[in-house]
Amino acid sequence: GHAQGRYPIADINWHHVETPYMISLWVLFASYAKIAFHLTDKLAKIFPESCLLIILGIIVGIVIYFAAHDVMLDYTLDSDTFFLFLLPPIVLEAGYFMPNRSFFDNIGTILLYAVVGTLFNVFCIGTSLYGIVALGWVSVPMDLLDCLVFSSLISAVDPVAVLAVFEEVHVNESLFILVFGESLLNDAVTVVLYRMFKQFAAMGADNILPVDCVVGVTSFLIIGIGGTLIGIVWGLLTGFVTKFTDHVRVIEPLFVFVMSYLSYLTAEIFGFSGIMAIVFCGIIMKKYVEANISQKSHTTVKYFMKMLTSISETIIFMFLGLSAVRDDHVWDSAFVLCTLFFCLFYRAIGVIILTALANKFRAIKVNKVEQFIMAYGGLRGAIAFSLVILLEEPTKVMAQRKSLFLTTCLIVIFFTVFVQGMTVKPLVDKLKVKKSHKHKPSMGEKIFTRLIDHAMAGIEDVIGSHGHNYWRDKWEEIDRKYLQPLLMREKPEAKDSQILQVYTNLNIKDAMEYVKSAGSFNVQ
Amino acid sequence: MGSRSSLLLRDEEIEEIRRTTGFSHNQIIRLYHRFNSLDKSNNGFLSREDFLRIPELAINPLGDRIIHAFFGETHDSTLNFKQYVKVLATFRPVKDGSDNRLNSREEKLKFAFKMYDVDHNDKISREELLLVLQMMVGANISEEQLGCIADRTIQEADNDNDGLISFEEFQKAMERTDVEQKMSIRFLH
Repeated sequence: GHAQGRYPIADINWHHVETPYMISLWVLFASYAKIAFHLTDKLAKIFPESCLLIILGIIVGIVIYFAAHDVMLDYTLDSDTFFLFLLPPIVLEAGYFMPNRSFFDNIGTILLYAVVGTLFNVFCIGTSLYGIVALGWVSVPMDLLDCLVFSSLISAVDPVAVLAVFEEVHVNESLFILVFGESLLNDAVTVVLYRMFKQFAAMGADNILPVDCVVGVTSFLIIGIGGTLIGIVWGLLTGFVTKFTDHVRVIEPLFVFVMSYLSYLTAEIFGFSGIMAIVFCGIIMKKYVEANISQKSHTTVKYFMKMLTSISETIIFMFLGLSAVRDDHVWDSAFVLCTLFFCLFYRAIGVIILTALANKFRAIKVNKVEQFIMAYGGLRGAIAFSLVILLEEPTKVMAQRKSLFLTTCLIVIFFTVFVQGMTVKPLVDKLKVKKSHKHKPSMGEKIFTRLIDHAMAGIEDVIGSHGHNYWRDKWEEIDRKYLQPLLMREKPEAKDSQILQVYTNLNIKDAMEYVKSAGSFNVQ
Repeated sequence: MGSRSSLLLRDEEIEEIRRTTGFSHNQIIRLYHRFNSLDKSNNGFLSREDFLRIPELAINPLGDRIIHAFFGETHDSTLNFKQYVKVLATFRPVKDGSDNRLNSREEKLKFAFKMYDVDHNDKISREELLLVLQMMVGANISEEQLGCIADRTIQEADNDNDGLISFEEFQKAMERTDVEQKMSIRFLH
């Protein structure tokens, strides 16, 4: 009872702090796990970090399952947390540190894989799954639309999983950008198809008019382009704002994070692709922001971004493991195995067909080995899982169906992350895929490369066909004439600021090294 | 070649060009049409003026040098179709196996090297480098600053300490760059 006593010196106020406390504990625990994995080189050599995190998540899940079963459901990955808090930092980092040059050089191929490839996968996997349902191999009743809902969420290659695995592999830049670019840009297609089929399934197959399909299929253009435009606008705004921050240096990093996050949220308000928005926001702002903010702010932005990404990724994979431990699994061997097979099979077919098409238009062809790695690198991840969680379950049949989808989805994710993730590195070595040589360019290299860029744009003018060298040249001209004067505080004096930038960076590096080597001076 | 020959290309000629350059029949025809449309005086030869008439090339900061490299060591002031195609063959994408010599990495780099080397002595001097830098970076930057950049570049690349960059040293400096990719163009069929 309420004894009107003395003023309490100490009291237990658990509920007051529960949520932030649990979040902090999670972050702390995930970070300890990360440190632990890197203490032993052996583990990290065999397993990609993402695998270890999932395993750890499963272990934690089992512990909670037996220790506190009733709170289990509070600690699974829920899709709002994922889409609003965990995903944006990762895609922002991806856009901000995007190797722009190879991204735009390969944009045609990337879009082909992302749009046509995803459509192909969704429809092939969906109809094939319906095929096995019609054959009576599956115990849970479902119709074609249910299969398509499921295939639309399982077909998309996941940027988080791809990054987590490929960052450790170091394949050459153009191969990396093909897989990774696809995983970022297929978001528009996935979102549209998922929403459309879910809506159709709710309406019932009989009420769908042909016009619905046409509107649905074309709406991915609006969703993709809308997201991209919102991202570009916010990116330019961020560049513009940082033009005026030279007296308030401490808040410079804030603009980068808040404004890009707002681009994501703004796109989500309209139902556009938030992923595309924040990626393009990052791509666009980087150049102007870096020219405007101080060196220290720049370092802060960089490390804060890397830290956020790393922690989001860690939490996502641990959550994936944790969320796999639950009561409501529905296992159906035929459905699970067929889904797994169809995912691999159609991914391979899709890559082969689309690469054959893309190679007709590419100067540098995607060779057989690279096609294999592309098909093999199509990892599925937390986006698929979060979309399954979003499925409704008003009736018992639907709940059962959702559970089956969830189980199958987890199996596919675990298979791609574990089996493909663990074997991709040895395969890359075995097949002698060209690796990337990441290095800071030397002065000569930069100058000679810039010369080559101009030369190639010139050659394209001579033969009269406009390739990406021509368009890059055009963009650089627009950038120099209109955007840089508008968005940069100091008007660039040089026509080619890249060369000066490299020179400055090299000098700073030399100076730092000099200071370091002189650091052992005896202070008199 | 007579003055009328610019209108038609004989099959044997196409065949020969195909063999030496590796272009396909259709690519050669397409390039030939382009050649003819550039050849304003219609005499079967391209002059430097013909190149300068290409609007984008005229505003390219290195337009002059590209043309210079096109004409190469031939001190002629004109280029016939075969010479034109031969230079362009340098930029054919490198394919495993079916390579002819014209589009090798070395030939691609040679083209870039020629853009610096105005006096054809197979070395890039500080002055030659500085000139190109001025074209690319612009006149607003002080000569002193550009000089520092040029010095640094030479110091990095110059292995034999003669103050000049030879073609071998140039190749070495570009060792880690994907020249095959950067210097390849897709020629339409």
